[in-house]
Amino acid sequence: MKGFWDYVKRNPSFGIGLMILIGLLLFSGAGRLFVDKKLAYEQTASLNVPPGKAHPFGTDSLGRDLLAIMIYGTGMTLQIGAIAGGIGLGVGIVLGFVAGYYGGLFDTIVTSVIDVYMTVPSFLVLILIATTFSHVTLGVTEMGLIVAFVSWAGSARSIRAQVLTMRERPFVMMAKLSGMGSFEIVMKELVPNLLPFLVMSLSQAVYGGIMSSLGLEALGIGSRRQPTMGMTLFYVNYYSAFLLGLWWWILEPVAVIALTLTSLVLISMGLDEIANPRRRRKV
Amino acid sequence: MALLMELRNVTKTFGGGVTKTMALDDMTFGVEADFPHIVTIAGESGSGKTTMMMLLLGFYEPTLGSVLYNDVNIWKMTHSETRDFRRNVQAVFQDPFAVYNPFYKVDNLLSIPIKNFKLANSKKEARQLMENALSRVGLRPEETLGRFPHQLSGGQRQRIAVARALVLNPKLLIADEPVSMVDASLRATILKQIRELNQDLRIPILYITHDLTTAYHVSDYILVLYHGSVMEAGDVEQVIRDPKHPYTKLLVNSIPWPDPSHLWGEAVEAVTKKVRAEHAGCKFADRCPHVFDKCLESKPPLYISSETMLKSTVGHAAACYLYEGANMLEKDQNLITLFHQ
Amino acid sequence: MSTPLIEIKDLRTYFYVKAGTVKAVDGVNLILERGVKLGLVGESGSGKTTMALAILRMIKPPGTVEGQILLDGVDLIKLSGEEMRKTRLGQIAMIPQGAMNSLNPVARIRATMAEGMIDHGIRLSKEEMNKRIANLLEIVELPAKVAKMYPHELSGGMKQRVTVAIAISLRPKVLIADEPTSALDVVIQRQVMETVTRLVKELDLSMILIGHDMGLMAQSVDKLAVMYAGKLAETGDIRDMFSDPLHPYTQALISSLPALGKRGVFHGLPGIPPSVINPPIGCLFCSRCPKVIPSVCAEQTPVLREVKPGRWVSCHLYKE
Repeated sequence: MKGFWDYVKRNPSFGIGLMILIGLLLFSGAGRLFVDKKLAYEQTASLNVPPGKAHPFGTDSLGRDLLAIMIYGTGMTLQIGAIAGGIGLGVGIVLGFVAGYYGGLFDTIVTSVIDVYMTVPSFLVLILIATTFSHVTLGVTEMGLIVAFVSWAGSARSIRAQVLTMRERPFVMMAKLSGMGSFEIVMKELVPNLLPFLVMSLSQAVYGGIMSSLGLEALGIGSRRQPTMGMTLFYVNYYSAFLLGLWWWILEPVAVIALTLTSLVLISMGLDEIANPRRRRKV
Repeated sequence: MALLMELRNVTKTFGGGVTKTMALDDMTFGVEADFPHIVTIAGESGSGKTTMMMLLLGFYEPTLGSVLYNDVNIWKMTHSETRDFRRNVQAVFQDPFAVYNPFYKVDNLLSIPIKNFKLANSKKEARQLMENALSRVGLRPEETLGRFPHQLSGGQRQRIAVARALVLNPKLLIADEPVSMVDASLRATILKQIRELNQDLRIPILYITHDLTTAYHVSDYILVLYHGSVMEAGDVEQVIRDPKHPYTKLLVNSIPWPDPSHLWGEAVEAVTKKVRAEHAGCKFADRCPHVFDKCLESKPPLYISSETMLKSTVGHAAACYLYEGANMLEKDQNLITLFHQ
Repeated sequence: MSTPLIEIKDLRTYFYVKAGTVKAVDGVNLILERGVKLGLVGESGSGKTTMALAILRMIKPPGTVEGQILLDGVDLIKLSGEEMRKTRLGQIAMIPQGAMNSLNPVARIRATMAEGMIDHGIRLSKEEMNKRIANLLEIVELPAKVAKMYPHELSGGMKQRVTVAIAISLRPKVLIADEPTSALDVVIQRQVMETVTRLVKELDLSMILIGHDMGLMAQSVDKLAVMYAGKLAETGDIRDMFSDPLHPYTQALISSLPALGKRGVFHGLPGIPPSVINPPIGCLFCSRCPKVIPSVCAEQTPVLREVKPGRWVSCHLYKE
C-alpha cells in the first residue's frame, strides 16, 4: 500500500487522473440519489432555461433538466467506454498473447487481420455497423458492443509486441529449462510482468471507446433517447444552441467530456513508469 | 564413447537474401556422458558461440543437420523424452538479473525446477535441498531466500544460479559468460564453484566466453570459433601458450594479462584488407597475414599437430593450410575425438 | 618537481536522499601529474564513475560536490557555470561509458565532431573545419572518409575512435575515459587502447582511465588508484601495485585474477561490496578483510597515508 502512495507521489499525473475519474464517478453515482432519472428525458421541464435556482445547470431545448442529464449521462458515457474498453482489451489480450508467444500460422493470420483492420478507417466501419443495426433501438450497452468492434485491434497489436520482446528474455529461457510448459509460462511469467502495461492499455482502450462513441453519437447514430454526452452534443447542434446563445448547454457536456478524457490520458501517462519496461528504474 | 549430446553437421543461418548470415557452419561436435571436463567455446561476437549454446539448449532449430540428445533428435522427441532432455541439460546465463522474473522471489529459481522435476518429496525436503545448495555456494539461506532479485547483489544472484545447477545435478551444464557481468573480486569464487560442479559432481561443462583469461583459469580444453567455424582446438594450456592458427595468435596476443611485466608484445599484423568478393575459402583469409591462394579456394580442414608443446595425449588442431600435410580430422569426424588423441 | 596538473583534495560527493546520505565519494585525495596515465579501478559501488562526474561538475541535485579540484591551480568547484562549461572539453574531456552508442544516429560524423568545437566558440570556415576534422581522424587512425559516414555504418571500434577524436578536438589537458573498451572484442580493444595511449603521449595529455579490468590497467597505465566504497584504498606505480600490493583489498583483488601459470587456483574474496548509504565509521572493508585487526578496524576510519615513497595506503596495518 505504501508502495502505491510512493508511486503516486512520483507520478502526479496518475494521481490527478485517478482523482478526476473518481470524482466523475462519484458525481454520477451519488448524484442519482438526489436527482430523479426522468428529469433527464424530454418534456419534464421548461425549455431553454439558463442556470438558476430551479435548474442549477439549466435546461435544454427538449425540456430536459441539464443537471440530471449530466449526472446520468456521465455514467452512461463511462459505461460505453468500459464495455468497449473491456471487451476490446479482453480480445486483445487473448489474441496478443497467443499470437505473440506461439507464433506460427496463427500469428500470421492475426497480424494480417490487425493490419487490415487498422488501415481501414475505423470510423467508417463503425458507421456501417451502426446503420446496419439502425432498426434496432440502440441502448447504451448496444453502443458499447458496436464500438468494441474496432477497439480490440490496437490492444492486440501492442500486447503482441510486448510479448515478442519478453519471449526472448533469459527468465523465459530459465522457465523452459525448469520444465514449465508454454501455457504456464504465459500465465505465470509473462502476464504478471505485463500487468501494469495491461492496465495502461485498458485506459487507452476506454479512451478510444469513448471517442468513437462520441463521434457516432454526435452524428446522431446512437441511442437517441438516452442522455449520453455524445447525444447531448448532437442535440446541441441540431437545435442550434450556439445561435440561440444557450451557452450552458454547450459548456457542460464539453466540460465533462474534457474531464473524462483528460483523466484517462493522465492515468495512462502516469502508468508509463511501470508499464514501459525501458523506463523502469534499474537498481 | 557414448555421446550425451551431439551437433551433427549443424548449420544455422539467419535471415534470407541479402541479409543472410551464417552463424554456424557445418559443425560436428559432441559432449560425452563419461568425459566430465570443462570445454571452453571461445570466440568474439559473431563467432557463433552463443548460437551453439542456443542450438544445444533447443532454443534455436538448426537450418541443416541435427541436434541429438542420447541419439535422439531433440526436435523429434516424444513428450517424455523432452522432459528427460530438459531435466538433464541446464544452463547458467550471463546476466545475473535477467534470469529472474522481477515479480517473484529468488526462491522461485530453485523451487520451480525442484517441483517440476520432482527432486524432493515434500516441501520440507525441498527447502532442505535449497538451503544446502545455497550454503555450498557460500550464501546464507536466511539472507537470500525470501528476497526479491533487486534486493540482492549481482554476485549473489549469479551464485544462486549456480546453486540451481547444483540442485538439479544435470548431465550437462552450459555456462554462458557466467562471470562477465560480475565484479572482479567475486569472479574467482563463482569460477571455483563451477569448477567444483565439474570435479565433485562429475558434470561436463561447456564454458562459453570471449575472455581467454577466465577460460585459461577454469577449463581443460578449448575450441576457438570464428564466424561460425572452428579455427583451433586442443588443451587450453597448449592453445594459449602456443597458438597455431593465425587468428588464435591474434587473439592470444591481445589478451590483457593482469601483469605489467607481460605487456602486449609485438603487434600481430591485423591486416584489414578489403574483402575480395565472396569466396569459398577460409573465413579468416581477409585478415590473415599469411594468406595465400589456396586459402581462398576452399575451407581448410582441421590439421592435427604432431608436435605439441606439452607433449600430452591431447590433440592440438588448427584449421589452416599452413599445416597442410599433417593428419587431419575427417569431414564428419566429431571434434571431441581430438581430446582423446 | 613541477606542480601537478590535477590536485584533488578531500573530494566528497554526497547524495541526500530519503533513506539517508549516500556517500558515493568520501574524502578522496589524488594527484595527477602531467603526461601521466592514471588508472582508477574499483567495483560496482566504489564511486569511480561518480568521481569522474564530480571532477567535471556534472553531479545533479540531490548530489553535492565539496572539496577542492585544482586544475593547474584553478579550483574547478569555484568556477561559474559558464567557466566550467568552457573547461569541459576545452581543458578536461571525458569519454563517458557507452559513448559510442550515444553518437547522433542521424548526423554524419563530421557534423557531430564539429558540434563540440562550434559550441566552444571555434569559428572556422567550412574548409578549415574539414581539414581539422581530417586531422583528428588521422590522429585516431581512422580513414578520412569516415567524416561523411553515419554511425551505423561504422564498427564498434571505429565508433569508439570517433568518440576519442571528439574528446581531443580542443586539445584538452586531461582525458578521462570511463570503461572505453568494455563493449569491444579483445582484438579491437587492444587496437583502440594502443591508439589512445599513443596519442596521449604524442599530444602530451594526462589521462584517467576508469574501469574494473585490472588486466587492461596493467597494459595501459603508469599509476593505479584503487577505490573501495567511495574511498581510496591504495595508490602507487602500476608495477609496484602488482608486485607488492599493500592494502588487503588490493592484495585479494590481484590474487583472484587469472594469470599464466596459475591454472585451477582460485582465490575468491568472500562477502559482498558494502552499501554506501549512511556508512558506519571504521574501515568499510573490515567485514571482508583477511587481515582485520579486531576492535581497531571497525572503530577507527583509516586515513590515506604515504607509507613508502609514492605509495599511499589507507589501512591500519601500516603505521607512519
